[in-house]
Amino acid sequence: MSPRPIRMTYREALRRGLDAALQRDPRVLLLGEDVGAYGGTYAVSKGLLKKFGPERIRDTPLSELGFTGIGVGAALGGLRPIVEIMTVNFSFLALDQIVNSAAIMHHMSGGQFTVPLVVRMTTGGGRQLAAQHSNSFEGWFAHIPGLRILAPATVEDARHMLAPALADPNPVLIFEHALLLNREEECAENLAGFNPWQAAVRKPGQQLSLITYGGMLPRALEAAASLHEQGIDIEVIDLRCLRPLDDATILASVRKTHRALIVDEGWRSGSLAAEISARIMEQAFYDLDAPVQRLCRKEVPLPYAKPLEDFAIPQVADIVATVREMLQKGAQP
Amino acid sequence: MKTQPLTASAKITLLKDMMRIRRMEELCAELYTQEKIRGFLHLYIGEEAVAAGVMANVREQDNVIATYREHGHALLKGVSADAIMAEMFGRVDGCSRGRGGSMHLFSRAHRFFGGNAIVAGGIPQGVGLALAARQLGEDRLTFCFFGDGAMAEGAFHESANIAALWQLPVILCCENNRYAMGTAIERYESQTSMTEKAHAYNIEAQAVDGMDVLACHTATRQAVAAVRAQQKPYFLEFNTYRFRPHSMFDPELYRQKAEVDAWKKKCPIASWRRALLADQLISETGLAQIAADIEKEMRQALAFAEASAWEPLADLERFLYATAEGTPKGGHA
Repeated sequence: MSPRPIRMTYREALRRGLDAALQRDPRVLLLGEDVGAYGGTYAVSKGLLKKFGPERIRDTPLSELGFTGIGVGAALGGLRPIVEIMTVNFSFLALDQIVNSAAIMHHMSGGQFTVPLVVRMTTGGGRQLAAQHSNSFEGWFAHIPGLRILAPATVEDARHMLAPALADPNPVLIFEHALLLNREEECAENLAGFNPWQAAVRKPGQQLSLITYGGMLPRALEAAASLHEQGIDIEVIDLRCLRPLDDATILASVRKTHRALIVDEGWRSGSLAAEISARIMEQAFYDLDAPVQRLCRKEVPLPYAKPLEDFAIPQVADIVATVREMLQKGAQP
Repeated sequence: MKTQPLTASAKITLLKDMMRIRRMEELCAELYTQEKIRGFLHLYIGEEAVAAGVMANVREQDNVIATYREHGHALLKGVSADAIMAEMFGRVDGCSRGRGGSMHLFSRAHRFFGGNAIVAGGIPQGVGLALAARQLGEDRLTFCFFGDGAMAEGAFHESANIAALWQLPVILCCENNRYAMGTAIERYESQTSMTEKAHAYNIEAQAVDGMDVLACHTATRQAVAAVRAQQKPYFLEFNTYRFRPHSMFDPELYRQKAEVDAWKKKCPIASWRRALLADQLISETGLAQIAADIEKEMRQALAFAEASAWEPLADLERFLYATAEGTPKGGHA
């Protein structure tokens, strides 16, 4: 019998996931900037240094390229490293090691080498950190063959996605949304059949499929609740895994509702939203009653000023308005 | 440091190793002009003393990671000339199934980790391999080869700093051939002494005559002893020269023929051959026999490559992802 779910924050769930992984496998180590003595930039790894020691909780210099590459080498050498990069923007300093090595090694070596590396990073805007700390580049990483991309949007996913990511022999990137860190939800400690590679229908509905992930999920659910009060019943899909995409769940939903709206915090052009839209068009065109719509971040560097920042990122009211508009248009003869 | 003198047989092996590399590289150049080898081809001719001297100190269980000028290192790590040549031909029996070509030789069985064609890309990975060996308690050294050009990359500096800070058992082998592709070292380095750069990170370092195979061997032996005794990195700067252009596309506009000719007079193979003859460690007949054996080995490799098939087109997506229980199947996005 598994214990009853307990209420905890997304941050606490991430910490418990790390703690469990470090306990389970002595090959697991965490490396990154301020993961040890400081307790993690976002206090995710607080207490782990004391519990697991400096060999397994390694504070690094400010050398994203260096320590990510060391993670790649350590994975090649038989460890199960978890590299923490403070924010997605800093991951660009480490891009060479992720894209030119980790992602290609298994294929280019003809299946000889694997890179069982996990890279965690915070992503997303909404905390007035301006244009160098607020991006949503997960869709951009999802472009790369050889990588797997996870985006926990719930506390339960924050708690449980790390174990399957570590068990996977491929490089896995986990994008943790900074705005979710303080969010509290019920979380079960043991989950049978947990599968992070599949999308989840977070709210079933009939009139429209809202497809989203990560930091946009709570907004989508809030919008769905508000629309419900207005007599509109939409389905909300949480992608969870951005590569590979779970086409089956997306298409089954669209074939049922005949309308699709993609809410993606990334920029619109060349985005994950664009990819999903194309897949729906390719595979379910004749099931659609209306053009697929996208609600994305406005295509500017994210400003510091609160009103401008809020205006640039999709909000609950934007989602509600877009859904209403799509349904009204569809209703016209 | 007191070291045992080399046996006659070990001295002859050094010559043979250099000659094997030289002959393989000459054959590759010939095959390139016949368009049997395509893509980029970077030859090691002139620098053989470095690989031969270092690799004679490398054990089976040790890790080697190298650059795109790595044919000789792979050969001396034990990868067969057959598998290397088939790789050059892009064939399925190549050591990377024909997926990497000249710049990306891999062999898991020989702990040869590439073949990295991003300058300095292999350095953090070498440091990571050393971290894994130490953390797993394995008796394993890591030899990391890179050129002088890599010393201007951030990856070198970040990795050297961490290797020294964490006291990792890695031997950093800088093959200083005085040119970063076509830019002379005086034109791109404010500090042209590579050992000074290593010293800046508190790494023990020595500069070595890279045209003298015995000096390369002796210095590496000292480095190995120091790394074993102190469990911290060691840096070797091998001053050497490539006799051929950077790659087969290089018209060599940036250096004078007189300079190349002067270095050719220091040919490491010719001078070592003279030394062995003078010491009567080998006869002309013995030399001819070595040359004949090598010719046979390389002709066999050529025949093997010619006879090998292309990888089936149906295998294109194979090995994009390593598979494990519970992970998404196949190479789909």
